[in-house]
Amino acid sequence: MEQENIEYYAKVHSIESFGTVDGPGIRFVLFLQGCSLKCKYCHNRDTWDIKGGEFKSLDEIFENILRYKSYIYPNGGVTVTGGEPLLQHEFLIELFKRLKKEKIHTCIDTSGMVDLNDKIKELIYLTDLFLLDIKHIDPDKCKELVGMSNKRELEFARYLSDNNKHMWIRQVLVPGYTDDEQDLLKLKDFIASLKTVDRVEILPYHNMGKYKWEELHFKYELDDVRTATEEDVERAKKILGI
Amino acid sequence: MNFKQWNGFIEGDWKTEINVRDFIQKNYTPYEGDESFLAEPTEKTKKLWDEVLELYKKEKESEGGVLDIDTKTPSTVDGFAAGYIDKDLEEIVGLQTDAPLKRAIMPNGGIRIVEKSCEAYGRHVDPEIDNIFHTIRKTHNDGVFDVYTPDIRVARTNKLLTGLPDGYGRGRIIGDYRRVALYGIDALIDNKIQELEEIDVDEFTEDIIEKREHIAEQIKALKALKGMAKKYGYDISKPAKNAKEAIQWLYFGYLGAIKDQNGAAMSLGRTSTFLDIYIQRDLKNKELTEAKAQELMDHFVMKLRLVRFLRTPEYNELFSGDPVWITESIGGMGIDGRTLVTKNSFRMLHTLTNLGPAPEPNLTVLWSVDLPDAFKRFATGLSIKTSAIQYENDDMMRVTLGDDYGIACCVSPMRIGKQMQFFGARANLAKTLLYAINGGIDEVTGQQVTPLFEPITSEYLDYEEVMTKYEQMMDYVAKIYIKALNAIHYMHDKYCYESLEMALHDRDILQTMACGVAGLSVAADSLSAIKYAKVKTIRNEKGVAVDFEVEGRYPKYGNDDDRVDQIAVHIIEKFIECLRKHPTYKNAKHTLSILTITSNVVYGKATGNTPDGRKAGAPFGPGANPLHGRDTHGALAVMNTIAKLPFESAEDGISFTFAITPNTLGKTQKTRVNNLVNMLDGYFTQTGHHINVNVFDRSLLEDAMEHPEKYPQLTIRVSGYAVKFTSLTREQQLDVINRTIHEKI
Repeated sequence: MEQENIEYYAKVHSIESFGTVDGPGIRFVLFLQGCSLKCKYCHNRDTWDIKGGEFKSLDEIFENILRYKSYIYPNGGVTVTGGEPLLQHEFLIELFKRLKKEKIHTCIDTSGMVDLNDKIKELIYLTDLFLLDIKHIDPDKCKELVGMSNKRELEFARYLSDNNKHMWIRQVLVPGYTDDEQDLLKLKDFIASLKTVDRVEILPYHNMGKYKWEELHFKYELDDVRTATEEDVERAKKILGI
Repeated sequence: MNFKQWNGFIEGDWKTEINVRDFIQKNYTPYEGDESFLAEPTEKTKKLWDEVLELYKKEKESEGGVLDIDTKTPSTVDGFAAGYIDKDLEEIVGLQTDAPLKRAIMPNGGIRIVEKSCEAYGRHVDPEIDNIFHTIRKTHNDGVFDVYTPDIRVARTNKLLTGLPDGYGRGRIIGDYRRVALYGIDALIDNKIQELEEIDVDEFTEDIIEKREHIAEQIKALKALKGMAKKYGYDISKPAKNAKEAIQWLYFGYLGAIKDQNGAAMSLGRTSTFLDIYIQRDLKNKELTEAKAQELMDHFVMKLRLVRFLRTPEYNELFSGDPVWITESIGGMGIDGRTLVTKNSFRMLHTLTNLGPAPEPNLTVLWSVDLPDAFKRFATGLSIKTSAIQYENDDMMRVTLGDDYGIACCVSPMRIGKQMQFFGARANLAKTLLYAINGGIDEVTGQQVTPLFEPITSEYLDYEEVMTKYEQMMDYVAKIYIKALNAIHYMHDKYCYESLEMALHDRDILQTMACGVAGLSVAADSLSAIKYAKVKTIRNEKGVAVDFEVEGRYPKYGNDDDRVDQIAVHIIEKFIECLRKHPTYKNAKHTLSILTITSNVVYGKATGNTPDGRKAGAPFGPGANPLHGRDTHGALAVMNTIAKLPFESAEDGISFTFAITPNTLGKTQKTRVNNLVNMLDGYFTQTGHHINVNVFDRSLLEDAMEHPEKYPQLTIRVSGYAVKFTSLTREQQLDVINRTIHEKI
């Protein structure tokens, strides 16, 4: 099938009917396929390639979500993650319009690494909550870690704040990469400058996604990096003052 | 009727007729608050519970886990001297025999099973008892085998029909034990005499004669119950005058039943809110404190945790440990919209904290989306901590069963004192499918189990052909299944009648023929594989399809995918339709359950390779669960699949066992509770019937398997009831661990 009407079709990696960590309450989690970043620690390496996954229609996905309304409404909702969901913003605009009619809470888990064009702004308007993964507060280290500077995601965060859109800030804690004290203090200052941050979460790096790299015959670059411990998380939290 | 013991209660029909529901409705106090009023265990409770734990330890160290057996005294309601744990500490008294955890023999069900059980634990039945039951007094088991036909026998030995109550007590009958407390025995006897007089009719038909005989037996049983209570120093001829007596009277009623019958499930009913009325009255009159009220409930529950039956090791292998299914139904809503949750609903659940988690009593919350939020949160909070509670859909059951029903065993709802069932164990629907393919030849034994039946001979299986033959085979299975059950219940009534339990019922009651199925998900997946993928048969030298190769992918049951879920729905609707074609004993209403408890392991063991790719001997999914690991769309997708199974076609219950790791449920206890409440509200709104909730980490179970001594009270829910994890066989433990525990990175 060709993706003729990008508003009416999505490239889907998978669906998880029961999520509890990506947003408030019980979440229907839609994993979209495709990502333009190259995060070395990615635990969903299989979601990168836009040619992968399968097309699902807007109707199909929407009907599927409605099957779970009795669980996710009113305290939970739908979280779109990936991959990078914002790559499929045309589709998400149509989906979220429908979800809003059903009064279902909408949430996007994103790196924010996109141009703030009118379409993206329309989608932001339809989204109740963003889980914004700040890849790295330092632009150069960010580029080294994920293949892109953090300029656009910081702008994205600023835009959310200026437009009164709520967000949870997330930072993956990769020992030796994102746990430098000075960097964390800079991150703290940045977060303090935003008005709509409801929560700051430290996600400890783990290597449970490594097998997916190997299955796809890609080299896993963080082989020598240890996983983040509870102590690492506590330390980072202390620095961030959370 | 009028008694001074009723002072302070609001009048109603319950005073002029036996009508416990009316008494509850007129007198109970709904409670919408939280658990902050609850009391900790008293010193007395702690001391007594320590003694019980000591007894448990001794029991576990004994041969086969059986502390002692009285091999001389066939158990009757009034057959034993009084027994105590520690008389001075016990607020509620009464044991099945004259000593705690000492088991009794009940040969009316079948003497061979009793002999086998005794021998398994290094004992022998007294020769005189042996002689009586082999030569003089016929048993239920003898009766059934006198009339069983060859088709039934061969279906049994090939495990097409399994677990039939033809050698043991059928159980799943709930006496309305509350009647003992509310009316006292004398008024109940008067009522039974009146019922007897009403059927002094001109035409003395078989039905009338049987009824008269049964009522006469019931009256004798009530008198015996009085005698038993007297041995403990209580006169229960009159109503209970306070909370302590109400609990004691009610427990005596239950105790009489378990002295009389070794039933497969001996459930308690719906007692907490009833008892709350007495506790409220005493609290108001300052005759009781909250601590004392909790003490009474704790001691009551302790007694329930001591209930033991003598059963064979095979029985225990089938059902794990020592299940009694002392199911207590808690909460629910009244038809007038008030909640039936009372403070005593909290106290009953609070015993899980005061005494620690345990499988018995089988605490069952009747869930409604309208339940008070504080109660929902309290119950789910305890589930997360103890994994010892099951939930059933009150909003759905209340429609047909009203607001005074209870659950027997795991999932079987019945109106208390007004309905009973003829327990029918289950038919193996996965094996039935293999018989449809192989012309009724058993794939494991090679025996021709059904009459000659045209087998499927093609290399690749064709959906239409298989489905047609499957339905024909279901028709056959239904026929012999009902034949067997009719024989069983005719004989059970004749030789092993539950006179005390039935004395605590109305005379005219609804009877159901409670059939059951195992292997639903395997059958549905197999048919889905045949329909949506290609299934190649692999035949042995006799042409019997003994293995299958699945080429391609197919939709799997448990993922909210209608393509396969509707096959499962069709199987259930078809099978009950087949059953309904055959008249039942006493014209009982045909019902069906989708429930296996832990027997999914044993059923799987007896079933060959199946067309879904499941290997011979591999366990089935328990109850209505998908096969392990086949559900890939998360917990709610499974729930949606199971909620599709039609309760109207499976009124005897649809069991779903759910396990999740604490971290998957949420990061803090508060979010876990929130999420579990939303999950249950959602599942039951989708018309799910039952759910066992287990919250634990895989690593915890693995550790418990290696170091059982560290986890003496670790309780998990399996398909309709709870067990001590450490009392499972290793095979069952592995089955539980391999079962999908929902977790997410």
